[in-house]
Amino acid sequence: MAQGVFVVTEQRDGTFRKISYEAVSEGRRLADLLNTNLTAAILGADIATMSGEIKKYGAEKILVADDSGLSEYTTDAYTNVLTDLIEEQDPELIIIGASTQGKDLSARLAARLDAGLVMDCVAIKQTDGGLVFTRPMFGGKVLADVEIAGTPQIVAIRPNVMSIVETPKSATVDRPSVKVGEVKTSVFEKKIETGDKIELTEADIIVSGGRGTGGDFSVIEDLSALLGAAVGSSRSAVDEGWRPHSDQVGQTGKVVSPNLYIACGISGAIQHLAGMSTSKCIVAINKDPEAPIFSKADFGVTGDLFELIPEIIKAIKNMT
Amino acid sequence: MDVVVLVKQVPDTESLIQIAEDSVSIKTGDLKWIINPYDEFAVEEALQIRETQGGTVTILSMGPEKATEAIRTALAMGADSGVLINDPMTAGGDALTTAKVLAAALKEIPYDLIIAGQRAVDGDNYQVGSAVAEYLGIPQISLVIKEEIFNGKIRCHRVFEGGTVVVETPFPALFTTQRGLNEPRYASLPGIMKAKKKPLDIKTLADIGIDPAIVGKAGSKTKIKTLNFPSERQAVRMIDGESGAEKAANLVKILHGEIKAI
Ligand SMILES: Cc1cc2nc3c(=O)[nH]c(=O)nc-3n(C[C@H](O)[C@H](O)[C@H](O)COP(=O)(O)OP(=O)(O)OC[C@H]3O[C@@H](n4cnc5c(N)ncnc54)[C@H](O)[C@@H]3O)c2cc1C
Ligand SMILES: Nc1ncnc2c1ncn2[C@@H]1O[C@H](COP(=O)(O)O)[C@@H](O)[C@H]1O
Repeated sequence: MAQGVFVVTEQRDGTFRKISYEAVSEGRRLADLLNTNLTAAILGADIATMSGEIKKYGAEKILVADDSGLSEYTTDAYTNVLTDLIEEQDPELIIIGASTQGKDLSARLAARLDAGLVMDCVAIKQTDGGLVFTRPMFGGKVLADVEIAGTPQIVAIRPNVMSIVETPKSATVDRPSVKVGEVKTSVFEKKIETGDKIELTEADIIVSGGRGTGGDFSVIEDLSALLGAAVGSSRSAVDEGWRPHSDQVGQTGKVVSPNLYIACGISGAIQHLAGMSTSKCIVAINKDPEAPIFSKADFGVTGDLFELIPEIIKAIKNMT
Repeated sequence: MDVVVLVKQVPDTESLIQIAEDSVSIKTGDLKWIINPYDEFAVEEALQIRETQGGTVTILSMGPEKATEAIRTALAMGADSGVLINDPMTAGGDALTTAKVLAAALKEIPYDLIIAGQRAVDGDNYQVGSAVAEYLGIPQISLVIKEEIFNGKIRCHRVFEGGTVVVETPFPALFTTQRGLNEPRYASLPGIMKAKKKPLDIKTLADIGIDPAIVGKAGSKTKIKTLNFPSERQAVRMIDGESGAEKAANLVKILHGEIKAI
């Protein structure tokens, strides 16, 4: 009978993505609830030393699938290798991070394993009837509680939502033999945007600007740099050519859940809210006291962002 | 190059979503319906590919008869023909059952390339494209913002957190769209007139030879138990102050001291 929790971690060039710690921590919590064991899988090339980093989050077993054919993510290679590992382990529950890679991979895997998949899950609870998975639909306008029939159950968890908890265990590390199998896609080139830019979906704090910036994002960038935050934007700012597509938050942009979201000169259109309404704390800065963003914010400041943000920067610098 | 575009009709993103009496579905009565925005990018890209490569653009959708409106819109943009899979047995199915139906329909439609949206903005499932590719046994590339076709291959620029990667694959293949790929054209009036005469087939599950037991509610591994509204935030606290400086200081005091967000 299928048994155990199996977490698929994500690394890039030898460094774990933050979602990996979230996924393993949540895996530990669920393995305890289900009274079972936790396995974490790492896929990649030249990753032999990576298992140490993940041990603190509570896996009993770590599988290191190390093969040159896994050096860059391709759907085919990763699905082939994971399918072998999963068939060998026969887990009851598989947890993957719903990153861009995890969404692509989990859906292909679910189809191959003929398993039910809950995508972009924000909460998991145990009931008498088994696990219940909560996920936003319609851009977060409703939350669905979903059950999965049969095993394995697959859940892809939304980045930045579930807590990272350290639970050191003495884990065994296995290096299973890897068969990459038939692969039709090949990675030709990889371009990483400039080094220390913080990824929106992983950021603790986001400072976002909209049409109200009139195209001048300098104060937003200053505040963001001071807070170690990521810069986001509304679609209008992207359409105007002020910001790249990758900065857009919303229904046709990124879905983010930071601790703190500061919306500056953004009116709060429903399609924008779809991308940030699960932020833990929302601050709105807008010169129009009637702007709809205020009805979705925790804290609001009315005024000109070009006056207020420099004052906020000053106040933060004065903080001891 | 024969391109098939997977198109779903979804409620307008402005819509007020209300939960129905059964508490597992939404009220559809007053909704305005549109083509899923990501599928619009897919239609546009298919038309651009046809302009350079020749061939055909076929629109494939599964849904109620009303979904013919979305297909007609895509035909008015310039697609050649449409197929709607319309069968009551598909109702209430999850993303993988939808993919099974679409894959079965694709056995009868010639294609070199399939384009899907990264997600449909109703269920936000992000699954159907990948699953269709798996059921057809063809490669997939997600979240594409640019593609080039040459030497019998397609090269796609796929975005990920903090960068892009260029992935190449031979045909047949499937890719999914990301904003940035193109700006979808509007349907012109002559386009709308012409679309009325373009072929649009409506088929049932029996027509595409798929067992109803593996689709719809019966075939779904995932089941919605209840839909709920997210809990409302507490009413906004407006930050007072005589001047901008005072407001800023008060805000920072709260963010730092009270909620410890900075
Ligand atoms: C299918 C579809 C998908 C969409 N997807 C997205 C999406 O993913 N993301 C998204 O953001 N939008 C999306 N939109 C667009 C959305 O409907 C809005 O048009 C957009 O979010 C508005 O951007 P904005 O708030 O920056 O601009 P506006 O609505 O023009 O608001 C500007 C605000 O700035 C304020 N302001 C002006 N000057 C100042 C100042 N000096 N100081 C302080 N405040 C000032 C104004 O009071 C106003 O409230 C989508 C629309 C559609 C139809
Ligand atoms: N009923 C459907 N008919 C046609 N295409 C669909 C249907 N459902 C989903 N798709 C396609 O799959 C993509 C992803 O949908 P989803 O996995 O439901 O978020 C959509 O953008 C469409 O291209």
